Amino acid sequence: MKARRTARRKAPSDEWILRLYVAGQSARSAAALHNLEAICEQHLAGRYRIELIDLLKQPQLARGDQIVAVPTLVRHLPPPMKKIIGDLSNEERVLVGLDLRPRRRRGGVQS
Amino acid sequence: MSPSRRTVTRSPKPSKPSSVEKAATGIAGFDEITGGGLPRGRPTLVCGGPGCGKTLFAQQFLVHGAAHGENGVFVTFEETEDDILKNAASVGYDVPALIAQKRLVLEYIRVERSEIEETGEYDLEGLFIRLDHALRSVRARRIVLDTIESLFAGLDNAGVLRAELRRLFAWLKERGITAIITGERGVDTLTRQGLEEYVSDCVIFLDHRVNDQISTRRLRIVKYRGSSHGTNEYPFLIDRRGIAVLPVTSLQLIHRATSERISTGLDWLDAMLGGKGYFRASSVLLSGGAGTAKTTLAAYFLDAACRRGERAVCFQFEESPAQYTRNMQSVGLGLDRWIKNGRLKIHAARPTLYGLEFHLATMHREVDEAQPSVVVIDPLSSFVGASFDEVNSMVMRLIDYLKVKDITAVFTHLIPGSGASQEVEVGVSSLIDTWILLRNSPPGEHGGRYLSILKSRGMSHSSDRRSFELTDSGPVVLAAGRESPAQRRRRR
Repeated sequence: MKARRTARRKAPSDEWILRLYVAGQSARSAAALHNLEAICEQHLAGRYRIELIDLLKQPQLARGDQIVAVPTLVRHLPPPMKKIIGDLSNEERVLVGLDLRPRRRRGGVQS
Repeated sequence: MSPSRRTVTRSPKPSKPSSVEKAATGIAGFDEITGGGLPRGRPTLVCGGPGCGKTLFAQQFLVHGAAHGENGVFVTFEETEDDILKNAASVGYDVPALIAQKRLVLEYIRVERSEIEETGEYDLEGLFIRLDHALRSVRARRIVLDTIESLFAGLDNAGVLRAELRRLFAWLKERGITAIITGERGVDTLTRQGLEEYVSDCVIFLDHRVNDQISTRRLRIVKYRGSSHGTNEYPFLIDRRGIAVLPVTSLQLIHRATSERISTGLDWLDAMLGGKGYFRASSVLLSGGAGTAKTTLAAYFLDAACRRGERAVCFQFEESPAQYTRNMQSVGLGLDRWIKNGRLKIHAARPTLYGLEFHLATMHREVDEAQPSVVVIDPLSSFVGASFDEVNSMVMRLIDYLKVKDITAVFTHLIPGSGASQEVEVGVSSLIDTWILLRNSPPGEHGGRYLSILKSRGMSHSSDRRSFELTDSGPVVLAAGRESPAQRRRRR
């Protein structure tokens, strides 16, 4: 379940560790994982690791990261810790939530 | 875990309205007024303003359950586990021990809005999983969610939250878990988020008021489906033993009437009361101006009870126990020996120090502990600072309580000055079985005091006015009849 992309990257300071908490094999969980992978490939290619945690299998893990809603994405590294809940369908907000895009530019400044 | 429970509760007894199975809370008084506690296997909402005691209520319910074979989970959304442990310790619960024995689990759920971004659909399955995990870890039968409304502060999507809360309460019910959900009082609603809509089985409202710098706490059962309950406000107190509710619905006039008589401690007063003294379990009011020997007469009554080998409790609101016994020594009463051998208990407190409810509650506890057959309250009038209605209702409840326990009660009451305050007397007198009026002799005349019996239910009594004098060996009657003190004074 843990991603194997770790070995490649030597510099840990550079690596993103993302945990996605889901409950079982729901469509929503699948969507969240799919959306997350797409975003990571695009913005963090080669320097991220996704840990998928199924709370139905490991309920005791919900406590540590204070999980209430599912799906919940937790950015463990780099600090500070961030949480994004929902199926991650809004890429823009996910990027903002992960600090990959500054908050103020939300809403399309390009135009 | 639920099927077996369900079959148990599915036995409607049409004749009895309260067929709901109850789970005891261990809160003194509360289990009495609800006929056994909270509805078993269902959620109960406990709500009120900040500091009203709802968390303590919930803790007590859980700790009592854990100590009696119903393990519990305490879910806190606001305080950390450490805070909960500290607060519980302050009212004497050994929560760490219960946790170590796997009877209790604390689960701190924190939802911090500033850390959370919301995007797309979600539900609270994570919460369910955590609760389920905690419940299973100790095979819990009880749970407390304190205060689940915090979720609304942490998450944006109120629609999802409401739907999920509804699902949560149904889920708990399905499992047959007895639950307390606490909620903070809203502006026009019982709780800010209207949790009362979701919890339909039992709603309890706690109130904490401060009037004239004296705090009073009250509890009201807003709703209790399938069970009869009083709709009154019940005063309760929080002390080092936790919450105690005063189970004083009553005023039902169900007391047994006894024909047993007990001595007033003074032969001549007994003689005036048909030769035998007061009825046991009756209430007696001694009223009079300052220095009319009210306290002394009451003390003789206490002494007589101790002599008979009975236990007595005296609530003193004007003197310290040491002062009181010393003063009684001067009129020939050695109360010390009764205190030493445990028959007499003197409880002294300043009337203004606490609210009426607190006094009432304290009296209940003292009486419950000491199990006396006679009680003296000296004086009742020290409570007049509070509103008349309040004093009246307190005295009414107290009299009622003592009567039910077959306790004979003597109250003293100070009539200030020229008897301007008949108020309390008027209010209370209807509850009083024997009312004795004491007077000082008019200025200029020597010595004596007068005693007359205004009423004494159910017995023939003297309607004379007796003159008596306080001597080293107690109150001594001077002469019978209505002759003026001037005629009799200082014949020797």
